[in-house]
Amino acid sequence: MTALRGPMRVVESELLGYKRTWRGTAISSFVNPLLFLTAMGLGLGSLVDSGDGDLNIGYLAFVATGLMAASAMQNGASDGAFPVMAGIKWRKSFEGAIATPISPADIVVGRFLWSIVRLTFVLVVFGSIATLLDAMEFIPAMKAVPPGVLTGLAFTTAVTAFTVTREDETSLSTLFRFGIIPLFLFSGTFFPISQLPDFLQPVAYATPLFHGVELVRKFALPGVDSTVVTSIPVWVHLAYLTILTAVSLYLASRWLDKRLRK
Amino acid sequence: MTEALVEARGLTKKFEDFVAVDSIDFDIIKGEAFGFLGPNGAGKTSTMKMITTVSPITEGKLTVFGLDPTTQGRAIRQRLGVVPQEDNLDLELTVAENLYIYGRYHDMSRASIRERIVELLDFAQLSDRADAKVDSLSGGMKRRLTIARALINDPDLVILDEPTTGLDPQARHALWDRLYRLKQRGATLIITTHYMDEAEQLCDRLVVMDRGAIVAEDSPRKLIQTHAPREVVELRFESGTQDEHVLKLDGVAQRTEVLADRMLLYTDDAEAAQHEIDRRGVHPEQVLVRRSTLEDVFLKLTGRRLID
Repeated sequence: MTALRGPMRVVESELLGYKRTWRGTAISSFVNPLLFLTAMGLGLGSLVDSGDGDLNIGYLAFVATGLMAASAMQNGASDGAFPVMAGIKWRKSFEGAIATPISPADIVVGRFLWSIVRLTFVLVVFGSIATLLDAMEFIPAMKAVPPGVLTGLAFTTAVTAFTVTREDETSLSTLFRFGIIPLFLFSGTFFPISQLPDFLQPVAYATPLFHGVELVRKFALPGVDSTVVTSIPVWVHLAYLTILTAVSLYLASRWLDKRLRK
Repeated sequence: MTEALVEARGLTKKFEDFVAVDSIDFDIIKGEAFGFLGPNGAGKTSTMKMITTVSPITEGKLTVFGLDPTTQGRAIRQRLGVVPQEDNLDLELTVAENLYIYGRYHDMSRASIRERIVELLDFAQLSDRADAKVDSLSGGMKRRLTIARALINDPDLVILDEPTTGLDPQARHALWDRLYRLKQRGATLIITTHYMDEAEQLCDRLVVMDRGAIVAEDSPRKLIQTHAPREVVELRFESGTQDEHVLKLDGVAQRTEVLADRMLLYTDDAEAAQHEIDRRGVHPEQVLVRRSTLEDVFLKLTGRRLID
């Protein structure tokens, strides 16, 4: 329990800060899924479903599950990027905290715990809106929340580890432009990986978002067939994301320590 | 019986090839206000960071409260209050919330933090701003809040790194007044500064640092007595004519310093020196007689001025 005392203090301070800014993020948590699901699922979906696609489910359900994982990725990645740079460099709040009993590892673990709370909230809202739009059923949608949170955490920790080694924000913009956005588009979110050229498919299998998308579909759409998901077992996805999260968490702690305690 | 809260022997900090702190020795005694005086880059902040355990020491020995910063950092920081050179308050939170978070970092109970906040806001003269966002405070108020925040855990040792840098004179005096009170309550303070007046006002004892090394150590008054004659006659000449006058004034004072814009004559008898200057037919544009300060000590010890 004492090992978690420092991180829990960091969670408290994040919570206090969140009280000031929650309105903005809470509204976007509601509005973004609504916009995306309406445009992609209902708008584009009606076109897709009228064609002779291979999917054995409606496009709305397909894209909604993909977007749920992608939304976990984007929220997770954001948590690990600009707020971390702000803590290190712009506001130096990390420097202040480590002059108290709090350590750099406490900061990383505390922010990780806080991400669990935030991601859970974002995904429960996403699943609920998807249910209202008839894209998923409520119970399976809620079952997809924990694997969705895991997907988000893999990105929070990996992006945090990246950010703590960077000098300025240009590399963060680059990460989003050339890392997160291509993942968003090509990890099976909007179309099955099998539509990609053969040589690109192994690349897609290697990306974390692909595993997140597969997991969310396998939980949120029980009984889907091979037109929608691969035959890779669930435990492979879970192991992939868990290992990525654990390694990134470890590296982020070490590297932040190195960065702050010079 | 004096108790050393901080003991350093041969303390060294290197950043790759650069030696920031070069084998320094010092003891900081319970209840005193101890100063590190020196120009920017002298190694003061690096020394502070080693004491606050956020910077690993390269060589030598350092103990804080008798503990080892390398292995017992958390226990040391539990008893420290740190005022960093740059304010790192959370601008989006209120004044009281900033204090609250640090109380929690120090693992204090919510009730005892609430009590402490009332006292500290009073001390920092910010009671009427408790619920104001930090963003809206003036520079001096932010500084006072940073100091209040460092006191939340009732620390045994308060470390202030350049506490008044960047403040206007009025805010500086208000801050000195607060620090003076803190001292009267028996707190042990470590203050780094490149302002000699600040060091003279606040420090019982200080070390003068230059290029990573300690070049002198004593009380401000004794340092001045030891290293500088009592009075200084400052002469300014019409521009471009200083060099010719310097030669004529050889031997007028016990010691002479020639700076780019003026000449300093150190003497125990300023009046006699002025007569002599006159007798030699030298008529400066401006003559100023003042008492020796730590600035003069620093100039003598290092050949350079504190603030360039």
